[in-house]
Amino acid sequence: MSTTSLTSPAASRVRHSLAPLTRIAGLTLCALLTLGPVIWTVSTSLRTPAESFDLPPRIIPGDATLDAYRGVFDQIDVWLYALNSTLVTALIAAGQMITAGLAGYAFARLEFRFKKPLFALVLATMMVPLQVTMVPVFLELKEIGLTDTLLGLIVPAFPTAFGTFLMRQYFLGMPKDLGEAAMIDGAGPWRVFRSVYAPLAAPGLAIVGVLAFNYHWNEFFRPLILETSTENLTLPLGLVSLQGNLGTGSISVVLAGVVLSMLPAVAVFVVGQRPLREGITSAGVNR
Amino acid sequence: MTNTEIRSVRPEPAGPRKTRGPRQSREPSESTTSTTPASRSRGARLLAVLFLAPTVVGIVVFTVVPIVGSIALSLFQWDVIEDPRWAGAANYREILTDSTVLVSFRNTLVFMVLAVALQLLIALALAIAVNGRMPMWLRSVFRSAFFFPLVLSAASLSVVMKYLFNQDFGPVNWLLGTVGIPSVPWLTSENGAMAAVVLAYVWQQFGFSFLLFVGGLNTIPKEVHEAASLDGASGPRKHLAITLPLLSPTLLVASVVGIINALQVFEQPYVLTAGGPGDSTRTVVMVIYETAFEQLRFGEASAVGVLLFALIMAVTALQFRLSRRYVHYQ
Repeated sequence: MSTTSLTSPAASRVRHSLAPLTRIAGLTLCALLTLGPVIWTVSTSLRTPAESFDLPPRIIPGDATLDAYRGVFDQIDVWLYALNSTLVTALIAAGQMITAGLAGYAFARLEFRFKKPLFALVLATMMVPLQVTMVPVFLELKEIGLTDTLLGLIVPAFPTAFGTFLMRQYFLGMPKDLGEAAMIDGAGPWRVFRSVYAPLAAPGLAIVGVLAFNYHWNEFFRPLILETSTENLTLPLGLVSLQGNLGTGSISVVLAGVVLSMLPAVAVFVVGQRPLREGITSAGVNR
Repeated sequence: MTNTEIRSVRPEPAGPRKTRGPRQSREPSESTTSTTPASRSRGARLLAVLFLAPTVVGIVVFTVVPIVGSIALSLFQWDVIEDPRWAGAANYREILTDSTVLVSFRNTLVFMVLAVALQLLIALALAIAVNGRMPMWLRSVFRSAFFFPLVLSAASLSVVMKYLFNQDFGPVNWLLGTVGIPSVPWLTSENGAMAAVVLAYVWQQFGFSFLLFVGGLNTIPKEVHEAASLDGASGPRKHLAITLPLLSPTLLVASVVGIINALQVFEQPYVLTAGGPGDSTRTVVMVIYETAFEQLRFGEASAVGVLLFALIMAVTALQFRLSRRYVHYQ
């Protein structure tokens, strides 16, 4: 990206010619350290119990085996937890895209009373830590009988202050003339939204959806509090319980479970890297 | 205020926005709407109500009411089974003399300082390095590598970390051993456990600040650095004198978000150390969880929550106040 500037004196070009190599070597080392624990997890999950504590850790297992993965499926109901996680995560992501899309549009393009205070309220809730509201939310959900249900996990996660803020910025970035032209042609406010602006919002909604998927797939605190029955656990909880059940020698099984739970997150990372990065770069106060 | 901070990190989505003079300002104030036909604005108002309802009702039910509820609940003694009993300030008196609660606040503050400082330093150094001259593909490989841990689950990674930090068979001590550092009792000594929790957290989280810094560095015009080089400034000096001040709005956001997140740490100490040894890694959120959902003392748990909230507000406000002196907006 940064090309050698034509104006820079020859001396500085010589001085800098070695620096990039050491810098890139340093970055490579840091990248290896960053990915190291993940690589170790994958390789250990493929080892036999006897080899699992080998030091130095061998990246390529002596005789790779999928026994540990079979062990995970034997010990916990991976399919059920994966289904629960998928259901919860997908519904929250869809719900957030809808609520944030609608509210973001209203704040960006519609006129109504109390717009500023309402928007300030939405922004302010970004600052409220989850733990402060969790006890009363738990009691509310208990009152309406939603504790220990997946629905109790889903519904409170629908409104998203950060998503609303993001979508407002997105709609504000679109030219006003489009909507005005449609209005002159006789379109009402709903038509303007539905036919003109909503289709343009897809990339912004993708950011909201991918962020929601990533956050809620990995969520631990709320499910830990809300879900008590084994059949309502999500994957992260199932995994931690897997670790508790074990107590025996093989760590391969636990790590195989970790790898299984990572797969969808990795898939989202590969497919949705750009939206994820953009969403986080625009300051995810969300997490 | 959050508004402008965030906008400063990332320019609004690109796209031709045609402004046609001051009348078209984005936030129409006062009576500009009176020019639109009544029918149109009535339709728009109805639409606004429908569009806002899910978000506003949701936020009121699941955030505003619970905040008020938390404050109210903190004044009662309640175990769900019996009716709540008025307690006044008794819950606060109790938690402020409870050594576990006090230690948890101390731990959380120590954790916050260590984690945020380490996270920002690592992220800043890596962002500056990645921003230097190198092939495009290599840059994106590094960028992906550094933000990868962020997409994984903190709970699962903490399970992994528990094995990595094992004193006898853990790869961390083995790695340190190869450079001659004797084995560290990571999870069994007080300081070791805090260090392990901090490292596990920073390892997963630094990618967040890293992405913010990469975004912030991209907004600094290249000419500024070139001009400095012509004037004979060296690499480190350029970064201290130019990059840091120009990056200060991003630094503010990264540290505010970093602090707010660090004060809420839960997964790492819960899975990695279970708060131990002793209470050495018990954090405030762990105490809230244990008090409310294990001991069913909802009143005391709410009081701890209210104190944590006050702490977060105070630290954030202090930061914005201090930042007035050193944050430069372009």
